[in-house]
Amino acid sequence: MSVPHAKLPAWAEYGLIPLVNLAVAFLISGLVVLIVGESPLEAAYHMINGAFGRGEYIGFTLYYTTTFIFTGLAVAVAFHAGLFNIGGEGQAYVGGIGVALACLALDRTLPWYLVFPIAILGAAFFGALWAMIPGWLQAKRGSHIVITTIMFNFIAASLMNYLLNKVFKPLGSMSLETRTFEAGGQLPKLDWLMSIFGLSVGNAPFNISFLLALVAAFGVWVLIWRTKLGYEMRTMGHSPAAARYAGIKEAKIIVITMMISGGLAGMMALNPIMGEQFRMQLEFVQGAGFVGIAVALMGRSHPAGIIPAALLFGMLYQGGAEISFEMPSISRDMIVIIQGLVILFAGALEHMFRPAITRLVIGLSPKTRDVAATKGA
Amino acid sequence: MDFFQVFIELAQSTVRLSTPLILAALAGLFTERAGVFDIGLEGKMLGAAFAAGCVAYITQSVYMGLLAAILVSVLLSLVHGYASITQRGSQIVSGVAINFVVAGSTVILGEAWFRQGGRTPALSESGRFGAIQLPFADAVRDVPILGQIYSGLLSGHSPLTYLAFLMVPASWWILYRTRFGLRLRAVGENPGAVDTAGISVIWLRYRAVICCGILCGIAGAYLSLSAGAGFTKGMTAGKGYIALAALIFAKWRPKNILFACLLFGFLDAFAIRYQGFAFPLIGKVPVQLMQALPYILTVILLAGFIGKAIPPKAGGVPYVKER
Repeated sequence: MSVPHAKLPAWAEYGLIPLVNLAVAFLISGLVVLIVGESPLEAAYHMINGAFGRGEYIGFTLYYTTTFIFTGLAVAVAFHAGLFNIGGEGQAYVGGIGVALACLALDRTLPWYLVFPIAILGAAFFGALWAMIPGWLQAKRGSHIVITTIMFNFIAASLMNYLLNKVFKPLGSMSLETRTFEAGGQLPKLDWLMSIFGLSVGNAPFNISFLLALVAAFGVWVLIWRTKLGYEMRTMGHSPAAARYAGIKEAKIIVITMMISGGLAGMMALNPIMGEQFRMQLEFVQGAGFVGIAVALMGRSHPAGIIPAALLFGMLYQGGAEISFEMPSISRDMIVIIQGLVILFAGALEHMFRPAITRLVIGLSPKTRDVAATKGA
Repeated sequence: MDFFQVFIELAQSTVRLSTPLILAALAGLFTERAGVFDIGLEGKMLGAAFAAGCVAYITQSVYMGLLAAILVSVLLSLVHGYASITQRGSQIVSGVAINFVVAGSTVILGEAWFRQGGRTPALSESGRFGAIQLPFADAVRDVPILGQIYSGLLSGHSPLTYLAFLMVPASWWILYRTRFGLRLRAVGENPGAVDTAGISVIWLRYRAVICCGILCGIAGAYLSLSAGAGFTKGMTAGKGYIALAALIFAKWRPKNILFACLLFGFLDAFAIRYQGFAFPLIGKVPVQLMQALPYILTVILLAGFIGKAIPPKAGGVPYVKER
């Protein structure tokens, strides 16, 4: 391989390459729209209009964004330690138990600002618990975390189906959901935040867990780049052998990383359960755990990248609903395609365009060319 | 012999339900033994089932449907191969991506082409694989036990079912008794050694991935041309993951795959038949537990509590010829 190994400048590494990957993913999605017989440009217009056209639409976009920040952070934290947590879906699902228990027990007695912290702890606890088992199994028993977390997604689905059927469903009710929470189990909307920008949130369930997601993103940044634990996680992610040599306890780091990852995924449950539906329903996660994989890959596992990536997918989800309204042949499954293509091009094929871009960038800027030349000599 | 009749019926549906699992697990066996992990079995099966449903409906030919299924599945395999062999990307990420792209596009394209809510139109008899009646199956139906087994259990399956069961010894023979199989296994354990012997690691892995595509294609075709009469949205319903679980449960060996798939197929058949059945001693087992059992068993096995599943050594690692 004659690819120049010169290091790319940060703007190319974290800006240009993800953008090129994203552009290719969208181009191919556009082709699918063409095959279906619709105009990709019209679809793009409906998408952007549906996501940002009105205050209410923006509220919905940010509501989805909240969810994806949580699941994206969950996947990213595990990535840093070299672990691939596909189980965000199951962990978020099980995290719902914590939220539901807190709300069902306290919503009639306490105000929301007292129930909320308890629900956060509950969600994080159950999510962490569900991720801890695969983590422990990998650390102590050597079973592969990818396979175990996939299996745990299915087990979680069965478990939640059972619990909603037998435990949470109120007597006499037919639908698989808990009772509707009273005021204590309902998070306030962020209409004040929207009204600063002169927008009205309307019916959108844009709620206070958005702020929690931002805090979590900052927390992840501190954890990964400013703490000893984060340093140990990154060391293990880069080189398990080096970590072992440095005396880092591998098993401990794996379990703790997975618990943090699962806790973040679990906290995603706050948004739909306490923020939108005010009850726990069957399948409330709706694939958000998997979107987290795309978000983390897009955002290069950095909170500063994850927030815009989550916003992008929030836009796809909300705008996608609008497209399917305006163009019936493009249902919301279009988003699943785009999600898959983003995972493919930003994840598995991330190196495909790198040689060409490296050559281009180095060819353009004389400074890096000189550096590359001296390195080569 | 009421009890025996029940047993035959249960065994019959076990065979039917394990057919796609056997084909998909064998598909996974080929790539994983060559060192390419594949969690995209689900997506490939789904894509194949969709292609089979579309083409069999348009051409009214079941064989064209099967061919289309194999073609689509091999193409998806090649995408996986390109990403994970040539581009040395993460095999897991690539598999996840394929699952999503297929899950979305089968619905979008199906809706655009047929407008039946993501389904393909129901197939007539000529568009499906009919059941094969073995010779004398009707004549011996009344013979107790042996005749019942012959006509009730062995006879009357889809040709793809017989093919699936034949593929088990065939895969064993290919992997353990041919030069290709030896090299394929070697490339999954120690690609460096294979490379040193002057054999292309890349080409070998591509061939393994293509084998996987063919088998996954047949598995998908079975779903829409044999088990069902056309494609329905998300019709694999996690079977690809169960097959993956079976592959691991079988410790990456063909004979064990047969038994693992039959076990998981049986659990499925049992759960369907005995919803809310009260067992002696245990009492009622929730149907959700039955559904989760294959996954739970795989987790327990992977954790080394029943034997130890050791994956191919070079699995998941892209091969770099020289640094």
